[in-house]
Amino acid sequence: MDQTSRVLQIDLYYDLGESGGRLLIMPDVQTLVNELLFKLKKRKIEGSHATARQTAILLRLVISQQRIPYTHQAAALIDAVKAVGEQLVAANPVELAVGNIVRRVLHIIREEDLSLSTVAMVGLNVSAVSDDEGDTDQDDHPVLSAAAVAAASRNTLRPPSLQTLLEDLPDSAAVPHTSSSGDDSEGKSKSADKSSRSRRLKHDVIEAVNELIEDISTSHEQIAEQAVEHIHQNEVILTLGSSRTVLEFLCAAKEKKRSFRVFVAEGAPRYQGHLLAKELVARGLQTTLIADSAVFAMISRVNMVIVGAHAVMANGGVIAPVGLNMVALAAQRHAVPFVVLAGSHKLCPLYPHNPEVLLNELRSPSELLDFGEFSDCMDFGSGMGSPLLHVVNPTFDYVPPKLVSLFITDTGGHNPSYVYRLIADYYSTDDLVLQRKPAPVN
Amino acid sequence: MIPPPRHHSDNLALLSRPVPFSPAAAPSSYTAASDFSPTATGTVAASSYSGKLAAAAGADGEPGDDVAMSPGRVGRGRVMASSVPASGLTTVSVVTMPPGITEKVGGASVEVQNERPANSKPQKEKMTKAERRALQEAQRAAKAASKGEGSKAAAAGAGAVSSEITKPNKAVKPSQKKSDSASVAPSEKKGPGGERPPEKERKKDVPHPRMQYDDESRVEKAKRKAVVKQTEARNRVELFRHLPQYEHGSQLPDLESKFFQLDLMHPAVYKVGLQYLYGDVCGGNARCIAMLKAFQEVIKEYSTPPEKTLSRDLTTKINSYVSFFTECRPLSVSMGNAIRFLKSRIANLPLTMSELEAKTTLQLDIDQFINEKIILADKVIVSHAVTKIRDGDVLLTYGSSSAVEMILLHAYELGKQFRIVVVDSRPKLEGQLLLRRLIGKGINCTYTNINAASYIMHEVTRVFLGASAVLSNGTVYSRVGTACVAMVAHAFRVPVLVCCEAYKFHERVQLDSICSNEFGDPDVISKVPGREETIGLDSLPSSGNLQLLNLIYDATPSDYVSMIITDYGMVPPTSVPVIVREYRREHLWI
Repeated sequence: MDQTSRVLQIDLYYDLGESGGRLLIMPDVQTLVNELLFKLKKRKIEGSHATARQTAILLRLVISQQRIPYTHQAAALIDAVKAVGEQLVAANPVELAVGNIVRRVLHIIREEDLSLSTVAMVGLNVSAVSDDEGDTDQDDHPVLSAAAVAAASRNTLRPPSLQTLLEDLPDSAAVPHTSSSGDDSEGKSKSADKSSRSRRLKHDVIEAVNELIEDISTSHEQIAEQAVEHIHQNEVILTLGSSRTVLEFLCAAKEKKRSFRVFVAEGAPRYQGHLLAKELVARGLQTTLIADSAVFAMISRVNMVIVGAHAVMANGGVIAPVGLNMVALAAQRHAVPFVVLAGSHKLCPLYPHNPEVLLNELRSPSELLDFGEFSDCMDFGSGMGSPLLHVVNPTFDYVPPKLVSLFITDTGGHNPSYVYRLIADYYSTDDLVLQRKPAPVN
Repeated sequence: MIPPPRHHSDNLALLSRPVPFSPAAAPSSYTAASDFSPTATGTVAASSYSGKLAAAAGADGEPGDDVAMSPGRVGRGRVMASSVPASGLTTVSVVTMPPGITEKVGGASVEVQNERPANSKPQKEKMTKAERRALQEAQRAAKAASKGEGSKAAAAGAGAVSSEITKPNKAVKPSQKKSDSASVAPSEKKGPGGERPPEKERKKDVPHPRMQYDDESRVEKAKRKAVVKQTEARNRVELFRHLPQYEHGSQLPDLESKFFQLDLMHPAVYKVGLQYLYGDVCGGNARCIAMLKAFQEVIKEYSTPPEKTLSRDLTTKINSYVSFFTECRPLSVSMGNAIRFLKSRIANLPLTMSELEAKTTLQLDIDQFINEKIILADKVIVSHAVTKIRDGDVLLTYGSSSAVEMILLHAYELGKQFRIVVVDSRPKLEGQLLLRRLIGKGINCTYTNINAASYIMHEVTRVFLGASAVLSNGTVYSRVGTACVAMVAHAFRVPVLVCCEAYKFHERVQLDSICSNEFGDPDVISKVPGREETIGLDSLPSSGNLQLLNLIYDATPSDYVSMIITDYGMVPPTSVPVIVREYRREHLWI
C-alpha cells in the first residue's frame, strides 16, 4: 500500500521535471530498496507471486526516477535495474521469482529501446533519402529495422513460431549496435528529439512494466480459465499443500458446474493443506483431507495430481513445496498425470544444478519438534563440537522434468521439454547471468 | 536361507493340508506329538525344520495321490500320520471321501463325524454358507446325541454317532436361522465352523474373505452381537465403505457401564481390549504379546463347565474374546496368526488329557510361541541385519519399529560407526519416540519429516523398515508412509530392507492400500498440536463436503523392497510365498 502511493508520488515528481525531482527522490528509492531487501532477507514475503509483484513495483520505481543520460539511455537503465536486481537476488537467492522479474524488466528495457530506435531509424531512413547523409549505413539499416520492427510488434503479442525462433538471435545481437548507431546519428543532427526520446523510452518501459505487474496479478485467473479443459466430471484430484493458483483453478472448474472430488494432503510441516481444504469446502467441493504419508496409498484412485510450483527451471524441472517429489514419484508409478500450475513469473531461465541442496532453504526445527523438546541434544544445547541430533526441515523439493506431465501457464499448457522455449520469449540471453558483472567489483 | 526343496512338491502341499481327524487314532498321535514338541523348542534355524518336515514326509511314506489322507492344518494330524500305520489312515480316508461331498449337505455331515470330536480346523472357504450351517447343526446334534448317551467324550463311539448324525442333521435344518448367529462373527474371521472337503484341498489355502462393511445384512448381524458400541464416523469416505469407519473415543463410557454385565468377558481380556481401543498398546508384536498374555490368564483361570469338553468350550470362549478384540480394533495379521496357532493347539488337545494338564500345556504353548516366534525371531533378525550395517553408513528408518530399533541398538553396541535418519509423519509421530530412545543411547541422529524424504535420501545408504505384515505376493503391509519412503529410496537407488518376523507373514495378497486397511481417529488429522491458529477446521460447520481420512496402513509394492529380513534369514520378496508355505506347516508343529 505504502509503496504504491510512493510510486505515485515519485511519478509525480518525475512529471514535474527531471532536474528538480531527481535529487530529492534518490534517498527515498534507496530506502524502499532497502525495505524490500530486508523483507526478502528476513523471509517476510512469502510466495513467488507476492515477491514477483513487489519486485516489479520496486523496479518500476527505480526506472521511473533513474536519471537518463543523453546517450546510452537503455544501457543506463539496464545498469540501474541490474544494480538493484543484484542486491535483491542476493537477499534471497532461493526466491527465484526476484531474479525472474529483474530479468524480465531488463528484457523489457532492451525491447523497448529496440523498438524506439527502429522507429527513429525508420524516420532517419526517410530523411536520409532527402539528406543523402550516412550512405554507408543505409545498406544495413533497412535489414535491421525490419527485424527490429518485427521484434517490436512481438512485444505486445508473441505467438511462439518458427519465425520468432529464427529472428531472436539477430535481435539480441543487434541491440547494442542499433542503439549506438542510432544515438550517434541523433547526436549529430537531432538534438531536439533527445529529451523527448529519453522520456519516451522511460515511459514505454514503465508502461511495459505496468503490463508485467498486471500480468502477474492476473496470472491466477488466466490459468484458472483453462481449468475446464482439464477437469472433467467425477474426476478425483490430488494436491499437496496450498497454492492460490491451485485453489482458483479448482474453483474455476467447480464454477463451470463440474463436480469432482479433491484429496488434499496436508503438506507438513506447514500444514497449508488445511487452509486449502477449508477454502475448497467453503466453495462446496467434495474434499478429503489426508496425511502426507497416505499419498501413496491414495494415489491409485486419483485421476490427476494438480499442484502449484515455487519455480520452473529452464530444463522443465520444478522447484516445488517439500513433499512434491514424493507425490510425483507416486503419480508416475500409477501413471497419474502430474500437472503443475505456474504463472509465467515462475519461469526461471536458469538450469538447475543440484537443486535439492543449492536451491533449497532449511527452516527452523521448531516446525518439526516442539520448542524445548530435544533442545539439549541440538547444537546450541550440547555445547560440544558435534550435536547429537540434526533436524532437517527443507522448504523445497526438486521434481525432475521426467516426472512432470504438463505445465499449465498463463499462456497455455506446455510440455516440460518446451519450457526452454517459453523462457526464450521472456528473457534475453544477455541477462541470464545477473551476478557476473559485479563479481570483480566485490 | 530357505531350505531347498528336498521333497517332491506334491508332498509338500500334501503335508500342509488339513487332516480329517480320526478320533480312534487320536490317543496314539498325542504321544507322538509330545515327543516332538521338546525338540521343536528353541530351534529356529530353518534347516532343522525342513529336516523334520522331510522326516515327516518320509515317515508318511504315502504317495501324493492319496490326497485325502494328507495330514494337515491340524498340526498334530501330521504327527499322527507319521506314527499311525498307513492302513489305519486309509480306512479313514475312505470314510471321509464320499463322492460329491460338497454338493450335498447330507454328504458333508458324514464327514463331520470324523472330525467333530477333535473340533479340528474346519474347511472354511470351500463350502457354501448353507453347508456350513448344516455342519454346525450336525455338530450340535452330535453333541446332544453324545450327551444323551452319557459319555463325555464322543470319541469312543464315533462310528455309532456317525450313523445317528445324518438323520438329526435334516431334522435340525429348519432351526438354522435362529441358531447360526451365535457363531457367525468368529467363524467369519477364523472359520472354525466346518470341515474341508478333502477333494478340494488344493484350493484350501485361499484365505477367507474378510467382512465387508458395505454388506449391510452382515454388518447388522455383527452389530447385534457387538459388545463395543461403535458409532459411525460423521463423514465417511465413500471409497472406504467396505471398511469400518467409526467414531473414536466414544466407546469408553458405554463399555464402563457394561463392565459388570459382561460376565463372559475375562478382566484380562477386557483390559487388553481397552488398551487396543485407546491405542495404548500398538505395534504388531506388542499387540500380539498382550493378547497372548491375556489368553494365558484366561486359560489359567479357566475351568470346564460341567457337561462340556475343554477344547470345544475353550474355543468358543476364545472366539468370543477374539471378536471382542476385533470390535476394539481390527486384528493384525500377527494376532490372526497367533490366534490360529492357539486354536489349533486347543483343538488338538488329547481328550484323555486332564483339565489341569491341558491348561498347563496350553500356557506353555503360548509362552513358547511368544519366546520363539517373537522374541527369538527378533534376535535372529537382529543378528542377520547387523551384518548389513557397515561403518560410515547412514541408515534411514521410518516411524518406530521394534525390530529396527533392536537392530540399530545392537549395531551401536557392536561399535559400528553410523548415523541414523529418523523419518516421521503425522499424525502419530512415532518417530519422535524412537528418536528419544536412540538419542538416549547417544546415537547420532537426524530427524525429518516424511515430505523431506527425497531431500535426505541423497545421503542415505540403507533404509530399514518394519512391517505389520508381509503378504504372499511380496507386498509389505505396514504403517502408512512406509510405501512412500520405500518408493523414494527406490527412486534414489538405496536398498530397502524390511525387517519382519515370519509369524507376520500371511497368505493373503493385496495390491493396493484401499481394499483392506484400518482407520485411526479422523479428528487428529484436522488438529495439529501447536498450530491451532492456522487451521481451524473445527470451526467449520460440519458440512458433508469435508472428509478426514486417517489411514493406518499402506501396502508397499514388492518391487520397492530389496530384501526382507526374517527369522529364516534374508530373502527377496519373491520368496515370501515359499516361507508362508513352509512356515504354516511348521508353525503348527511347535
